[in-house]
Amino acid sequence: MANRVAGSVHFFIYDVIKIFILLSVLIFSISYVQSYFPPERTRRILGQRKGVGANTLAAFLGTLTPFCSCSSIPLFIGFTSAGLPLSVTFSFLISSPLVDLASVILLASIFNWTIALSYVVVGLILAVLGGTLIGSLRLESQVEAFVFQSPVSDHDNDGKISREERLIYAREQVLDIVHRVWLFVLIGIGIGAAIHNWIPESCIASTLGQDRWRSVFVATVAGVPMYADIFGTLPIAEALVQKGVGVGTALAFIMSVTALSLPSVIMLKRVVKLPLLVIFIAIVTVGIIVIGYVFNSASQLLI
Amino acid sequence: MNIKILGSGCKKCLALADNTKAAAETAGIDPQIDKVTDVVAIAGYGLMSTPGLVIDEKLVASGRVLKAVEIGKLLAKA
Repeated sequence: MANRVAGSVHFFIYDVIKIFILLSVLIFSISYVQSYFPPERTRRILGQRKGVGANTLAAFLGTLTPFCSCSSIPLFIGFTSAGLPLSVTFSFLISSPLVDLASVILLASIFNWTIALSYVVVGLILAVLGGTLIGSLRLESQVEAFVFQSPVSDHDNDGKISREERLIYAREQVLDIVHRVWLFVLIGIGIGAAIHNWIPESCIASTLGQDRWRSVFVATVAGVPMYADIFGTLPIAEALVQKGVGVGTALAFIMSVTALSLPSVIMLKRVVKLPLLVIFIAIVTVGIIVIGYVFNSASQLLI
Repeated sequence: MNIKILGSGCKKCLALADNTKAAAETAGIDPQIDKVTDVVAIAGYGLMSTPGLVIDEKLVASGRVLKAVEIGKLLAKA
C-alpha cells in the first residue's frame, strides 16, 4: 500500500516537472518560429501550389501553427473564402492539432525518437491522404454559403515585427498555453499515475492488451469525444504502455483525443453541413485505427 | 465612430481594448467600443488570428496587440 502511494507520487511529481519544463522550453522556441508563419502568410504560400504538393505543404505548415483546435474555424473560413481547395484546407486542419513540434519532442522524451518520428510521418500521411480524399469527393456544396462570401483580409504583420516583439510573443505564448492547459496536464498525469500503480495489469490487458484485436478500436473511439491536448494525453499513454498496452493502441488514443473532440466538432458544424462533417470524422477515425494496427504489428521494431 | 475588438475574451483582446480606450482618450474622441466574441462573427471580418481591431466595420489590424500610439495613427486615418 505504502509502496503504491509512493509509486504514484513519484510518477506524478516526476512527470509534472518533466512535462512543464519541456512544455515551457518547447512552446517558447516553437512560438518564435511560428511568428514567421502567420496564417495569412501560410495561406499565400498554399495558394501558389496545386495538387498533392499543396496538400503535403499544408500538412507540413499545419505542424507550425498554434496548438489549439479553437483556431480551426477562423482558419477554415479564411482559407476557404480565399479560394483554397477543400482538400488543402482539410490537410491543414487534420495536421494542425495532430502533429506539432512540441508534441514530437515530448513523445521522443517519453518513448523514443523512432516512435516520435514515426508518429510525425504517419500523422502527415493521414493529413495528406485525408485532405486529398475529402477534396476528391467534391463536397464544396456541403460548406455553409456564408463561408465563401466572407471577406478576405490580408493584414500581414510579418514584415513589421521586430526580433524583440517575436521574443515577447513567444513568452506570451508560453504563459498563455501553460495557463490554458495546466489543469488538463495535471489531470492527465493524475490518471497516468493512477493507471501506473492502482489498476491491475490484468484488467488493462483484458481490455486494451496487445492480444486483443479490438484494443485499437476501443482506444480510438473512446478518445474521439475527449477534449484535451497532447500534453495532457501523453502521461496516460505512457502509463498504458508501461502496463503492456501496444504502442499502436496508445498512439491511436493520443491521435483521436487530439485530432477530434466534441468542442471542435460542434464548432465545425457551424461552417460545414452534416454530411461533410460526418465524412471528415469518419476519414480521420478510420485513418487513426489503421495507423494503430500498423504500429501494433510493427511494435517490435520500435521499442 | 464605431470600434470593435475581435477576440474570444482572451487576455490579449482585453489588452487591445485597454490600449484602444487609451488611444481614443488621447485623441479626444469618444467612440463606441464593442467586443465581438463569437468565432463565426469574428471570421466574418476575414480575421484568422485574434485579436483583431475593426474601425467603422473595416478590419485594420489582426494577430497582435497594437500599442496605443499605433491605434492613435489608425484612428487619425479613419
